[in-house]
Amino acid sequence: MTVLNDDIRRGEVMIRDLSKSFALKGQRLTVLRNLSLDIAPGESLMIVGPSGCGKTTLLRILAGLDVPDSGEVRIDGAPVLGVGTDRAVIFQEPRLLPWLTVLGNVAFGLEVRGVPRTQACERARRYIRLVGLAEFEDAFPRQLSGGMAQRVGIARALTVQPEILLLDEPLGALDAMTKITMQEELARIWREEEVTMVMVTHDLEEAIYLADRVLVLPGDKGAQVALVDIDLPRPRNRNEARFVKYRQNLMARFGLH
Amino acid sequence: MTIQEIDSGPVGAARTGEDRIAPTLRAVAGRAGDFVTRYGVLVGFIALWQVGSVQGWINPAVFPPIDRILAALWDGLVGGSLLEDVAISLQRSGIAFAAAAALGIPLGLFMGQIPVVERALDPILQFFRQTSALALYPVFILLLGLGETSKVFVIFWATLFPVLLATIGGVKEVDRKLIEMSATFGARRLTTFRRVVLPASIPPIFVGLRLSATTALLLLIASEMIGARSGLGFQVMNAQYNFQIPKMFAAILLLALLGLAANAILVALQRWLCRWADPANS
Ligand SMILES: Nc1ncnc2c1ncn2[C@@H]1O[C@H](COP(=O)(O)OP(=O)(O)OP(=O)(O)O)[C@@H](O)[C@H]1O
Ligand SMILES: [Mg+2]
Repeated sequence: MTVLNDDIRRGEVMIRDLSKSFALKGQRLTVLRNLSLDIAPGESLMIVGPSGCGKTTLLRILAGLDVPDSGEVRIDGAPVLGVGTDRAVIFQEPRLLPWLTVLGNVAFGLEVRGVPRTQACERARRYIRLVGLAEFEDAFPRQLSGGMAQRVGIARALTVQPEILLLDEPLGALDAMTKITMQEELARIWREEEVTMVMVTHDLEEAIYLADRVLVLPGDKGAQVALVDIDLPRPRNRNEARFVKYRQNLMARFGLH
Repeated sequence: MTIQEIDSGPVGAARTGEDRIAPTLRAVAGRAGDFVTRYGVLVGFIALWQVGSVQGWINPAVFPPIDRILAALWDGLVGGSLLEDVAISLQRSGIAFAAAAALGIPLGLFMGQIPVVERALDPILQFFRQTSALALYPVFILLLGLGETSKVFVIFWATLFPVLLATIGGVKEVDRKLIEMSATFGARRLTTFRRVVLPASIPPIFVGLRLSATTALLLLIASEMIGARSGLGFQVMNAQYNFQIPKMFAAILLLALLGLAANAILVALQRWLCRWADPANS
């Protein structure tokens, strides 16, 4: 039974009539209105939208860090009540513990769940290799570049082998070149680990490069959300005509040309 | 090519020989320079005191020459009279400091974690802190008598607040984002406390401990100047009454050294606990 459970590792997300508002200067600010969406197991969903449209809010609700006003989120059929070990979050900042080495940071997620240290470190090493930091295992966070630190954060999330990876602009703070390398790495990791990936991004090209579907949240709450299927073979080529076409389409949605 | 020719020539050879000595010289000169910039003023001050006192530029009855102070210090330590005072002073401030740390750190960690408790206790803490411990000393004497207990208690009282408040502040300042990160991995509250809050609070706790150590010495001296028959603070006063000025300065010097030693030990301990922040580990 346990073996079976392991084999049918899922990661299906069902979002129903989700609404969320905040009190801002005495007024209610509706951020999400009646959002419904199904995310298939192993799917890669990118969330884009203008600043302040509720991307982080949606991701935090999925993570169980915030509670919706109404509606619900179900993961593999079970309602989300707070954070859970089936999900791992990668924030915009790496959020590393400065007093732990790279190995200690990557093993952290498993250790706080009670996995014995040697076992946690063993698994951590595998993912440190996966993100290409094997030589920096014993380095402290302050000795890492921004890109390396973010990769440590990614390795830490992968080490707990979540069904669902939630990423909030994980590459937003990186320079253009590191960013492209990391996008390729994320695409590879997503394929190899077969996880469901829900990622917020500001970067439309990044969204098209990584997504099965792109969720476009409108800035104006009256408007409808849109879902765009990205029907391109992988690995994707950013200069290909259809890729460029997708990007022009998405940009047009935001009134950009 | 040109460089090679010059190097192989006789002039080049001479220069190479010179270069071999020069780095050593430069290193020695550099270290000497470091020493001068760091301790030059202190050494100058001591020399000026010594010469000034011997030459009579300053009153040698009030400021005896350094060598006489050192001789008095030597006598006191070898003869044992000052040694006993050092021991009793160390005991008083040591017990008080240890008690303040043993109470202040856990209490601070707890209060910093539970905002309700912190909010409820903060006003009274601020009030106590602003009330000078020395002003309360007579009250403590009334309650505990003029013996050791009231002395240790007044030092403890004053020493408690820096470490307690620094610990509370440190816990409250811990990056919320790190705590949230820990929670997303399913860490329970106690685990997050142990793995995130506690390590992050160590530097501010040490800031408090160092402040507390300074406070402990200050209150030690004050309490020993009021109704004591032993201790370094007593010796400073006593030597002055008996006009043993070199001995008075010897006791003052010992107090200064005690303060320096306490600080050095705490700094070393903090360095060791926070090795991760040490650039020398690179
Ligand atoms: N805790 C909160 N309290 C009050 N208002 C909030 C809170 N969190 C978010 N908001 C508001 O909700 C709106 C959406 O915020 P959110 O962080 O989800 O935007 P976002 O789409 O992630 O924007 P960005 O792209 O700039 O990160 C914003 O207008 C913000 O002011
Ligand atoms: Mg955001």
